[in-house]
Amino acid sequence: MTMKHTLVALVEDKPGVLTRMASLFRRRGFNIESIVVGRSEVPHLSRMTIVISGPTTMVEQLRKQLDKIIDVVKVFDITAEDTVARELALIKVGATSSNRSEIIQIVDIFRANIVDVAPDSVTVEVTGDEEKIDSLLNLLRGFGIKEMTRTGRIAMARGGRRLPAAKQSSKAEGKGQKA
Amino acid sequence: MKMTGAQIICEGLVKEGVEVIFGFPGGAVLPLYDTLARYPQLRHILVRHEQGAAHAADSYARATGKVGVCIATSGPGATNLVTGIANAHLDSSPVVAITGQVARPFIGKDAFQEVDISGITLPITKHNYLVLDVGSLAKIVKEAFYLARTGRPGPILIDVPRDVFIEQTEFNYPSQVDLPGYKPTLQGHPAQIKKAAKLINEAQRPLIIGGRGIIISGAYAELKQLAETAQIPVITTLLGIGCFPESHILSFGMLGMHGMAYANMAVAAADVIIAIGMRFDDRATGKVSEFAPHASIIHIDIDPAEIGKNVPVVVPIVGDAKLVLNALNKLIISTEHIDWFQQLEGWRREHPSTAIRDCEGLLPQLVIRKIYEVTQGEAIIVTGVGQNQMWAAQHYCYDKPNSLISSGGLGTMGFELPAAIGAKVGCPDTTVWCIAGDGGFQMTIQELATIVQEKLAVKIAIINNAYLGMVRQWQELFYGRRYVATPLSSPDFVKIAEAYGIPGLRVRHKEEVVPAIEQAMAERGPFLIDFVVEPEENVYPMVVPGAALTEVLEAPKKEAKAVSDSAKLPVSNI
Repeated sequence: MTMKHTLVALVEDKPGVLTRMASLFRRRGFNIESIVVGRSEVPHLSRMTIVISGPTTMVEQLRKQLDKIIDVVKVFDITAEDTVARELALIKVGATSSNRSEIIQIVDIFRANIVDVAPDSVTVEVTGDEEKIDSLLNLLRGFGIKEMTRTGRIAMARGGRRLPAAKQSSKAEGKGQKA
Repeated sequence: MKMTGAQIICEGLVKEGVEVIFGFPGGAVLPLYDTLARYPQLRHILVRHEQGAAHAADSYARATGKVGVCIATSGPGATNLVTGIANAHLDSSPVVAITGQVARPFIGKDAFQEVDISGITLPITKHNYLVLDVGSLAKIVKEAFYLARTGRPGPILIDVPRDVFIEQTEFNYPSQVDLPGYKPTLQGHPAQIKKAAKLINEAQRPLIIGGRGIIISGAYAELKQLAETAQIPVITTLLGIGCFPESHILSFGMLGMHGMAYANMAVAAADVIIAIGMRFDDRATGKVSEFAPHASIIHIDIDPAEIGKNVPVVVPIVGDAKLVLNALNKLIISTEHIDWFQQLEGWRREHPSTAIRDCEGLLPQLVIRKIYEVTQGEAIIVTGVGQNQMWAAQHYCYDKPNSLISSGGLGTMGFELPAAIGAKVGCPDTTVWCIAGDGGFQMTIQELATIVQEKLAVKIAIINNAYLGMVRQWQELFYGRRYVATPLSSPDFVKIAEAYGIPGLRVRHKEEVVPAIEQAMAERGPFLIDFVVEPEENVYPMVVPGAALTEVLEAPKKEAKAVSDSAKLPVSNI
C-alpha cells in the first residue's frame, strides 16, 4: 500500500554521512520528499527525519539499506506511531498599506508570526504540520508570494519513551566490540 | 612509541595477521612502500595493473578465508582498483584496499593524480575512509579489518594522503572497535527458527538452495547434517558451489540461467525452500514472479536487507548460517522424502544436463571434464566470465568449499588470471587451474609477468573459440545470428606465454587433451594450454532471459535455429 512514511535515523556526526545516505537514495531509486538533519540529545549523534512515499515493502527495504550504512546507528519507521510532526516555513508576501491588516488577521488565525515588515512586503513564520502550512499558503497566495522556504518535517513519538537505539548508542553506555 | 602513518599501517597489517599484499607503487603511496622495506614479513606482490591487485586480493581472501589486501597510488592507481573493488563488493569478499592520496593541502585543488576515490567507491564498498588525521589511523585500520571480515564481508577502502603517511604520532593499536552503527545479528531468532523447523518437518518436497554465505560462515557440516537428517535435496547458486559436495547423492547441481534443468525443475516443484546465504540474484531466479510458485520460502541470511528484497519470504531468519543451522538442526526430525527424491532422480535421468555430446571436434566441455579427471577434483578452479565460466561450473565436480573461484555478481571478464594469482599465493600447495576465455584472458594478460616474477605455478587453460563466446551465443539465439563485434582475433597465446617465459602447448584434437593436461601438471612452474575448441558451441541448458526457470533450452534444440528475436524478449535484466 502506497502511503507517506516518516523515518527517523540516528547517525554518527561524521563527514560524509549525508553523502552516503543521498548516494543510497539515488542508487537504489528511492525518491525522497524531504530530509531534515540536526543535532540530537546524544553528543556525536545527529537525528534525521526522512519523509518518503511508497509501498510499505519499498520503504522497509529503504530502512534496511540505510541501516546497513556503518555510520547510521539506527533507523525507525515511526509512521504507525502516535507522533508529533512539525515543519517550519518562512513566507514573504507582497503587502501594501491597504491589505497589510488583512494579512495580519490571517496570520493571527493560524497562530503564525510576522518576523519582518517592509513597505512592500511582510515575512511570515509559521510552524505546524504540512496541512496547516499548505492552507496558510493557499490563503496568502492571493496577495502574491515573493519567496518561500520550508524546512521539511521533523517528528518525534509522543509519550515518555525514547527511541531504543538512542539509549543503546549513547557512547557513555555503549560497549566496544571484541574484534 | 612515536610512529609515522606508514609505520602505523604496516604495524596494523602485521597485527591483523596479513602476510601478503598485492600492489603497485606510485608517488602518493611511496612513503608506505619505503616503510614496507622494514617489514619483510609482509610479502608484497607486484602486479602489472592495479585491477589485478584488487582481483588477486579478492581471490586470495576467498581461497584462504583471510582478508585480502591491495595497495595503489592516488589518481589512476586508485581508479584502476575500482572494478576489482566492485567485484569484491558484489561477491561479499573481505578486502582492504589502501590508496595513496595527494597531501592534505592539495585535496580539492585538482592536484596532479588527485581523484576523490572515497567518493567514487562510496557505493561499491562496505565502508570507506579518508584519513585526515594521523591520530585516527590506527583506529581506522583496526575498524577496516573488523568490518571487512565480520557480518556480511566486503571491501573497505582507506584513502591516505601522502603527508599523513609521513606525519608522526604515538602508536596505540586499539584492542576493540567501537561501532555503534554496526552490530551484525549472528544468532537467528528462536521463534523464527522454530517456525522454520515446523515447515521443514511438515514438507513433502523440501529443497535447500545453498549460497556463498555457507562457505563464508563455514557451515558445511551443519548443512550436511540438515540435508542428511531430513533427506533434503541440495542445489546451489554459482557462488554456492562447493558448499555441499557435488558428488553427494543429495546434490542436484546449480540452479539458474545455466543451471541444471533438474535443479530448476526442483525449484518449480518444491513446497518448502530453505535458502541459505544467498540473495535471489536475477541470474539464479529467472522471472522472479514465477520463481518457486508452490514453495514457502525460508530465507537465512546475515544481511537483513537481502531478506524480502527480490522474493517474498515466509520465514525470514537473520543470522550467521552456521549458528542458525546449528540451532535449526536440533529441531529437525529425521525423515525421508522418497517420492520427491525419486522424482528428482527421474528428472536427472531425463535431462542429463552435464552429458557431453559426441563430436569430431574438440568440445570445451570435454576440456573441463578432463581437467577434473586428471586433477581428481583436487584443484582450485578459477574462471573468467562467460561460456568458459559456465562450462567450468557445469563440468567439473566440486566437492570442497572454495574449489571454484569465480566472479558471480559483477561478472568481470579479466578476473581469471589475477584471481588465479591470488588463489595460488594463498594456497601454494594446491593445484590452481585458471580457466580463461580468449576474450577475457586478453583483458588482464599482462599478469603473466607477475606469475613469472613471483614464480607461481598457475596452470592456464584458454578455451579459445575465436569469439566473445557468450555474447555470440546470445546473438545466435536472440539477435538473428548477427555476430556484431564478437568474432575475435587473438595473438598466438603459446608464443605469448613463451615470450613471458612460460611453457605452453596448443591443443586442437580431443586425443591430445589428457596428455597436455598431464604435461601441465608435471611441470613444476606455470604452464599454458591454448585449447582451440569448436567455435560455435553453446552453453546449455539455458533459461531464456526474462523467462521462468522451467523454460529451459536444452542442447538438442540448438540446431532448431534462433529462438526468437530480441525485440520479443520480455523486459528483464539481460
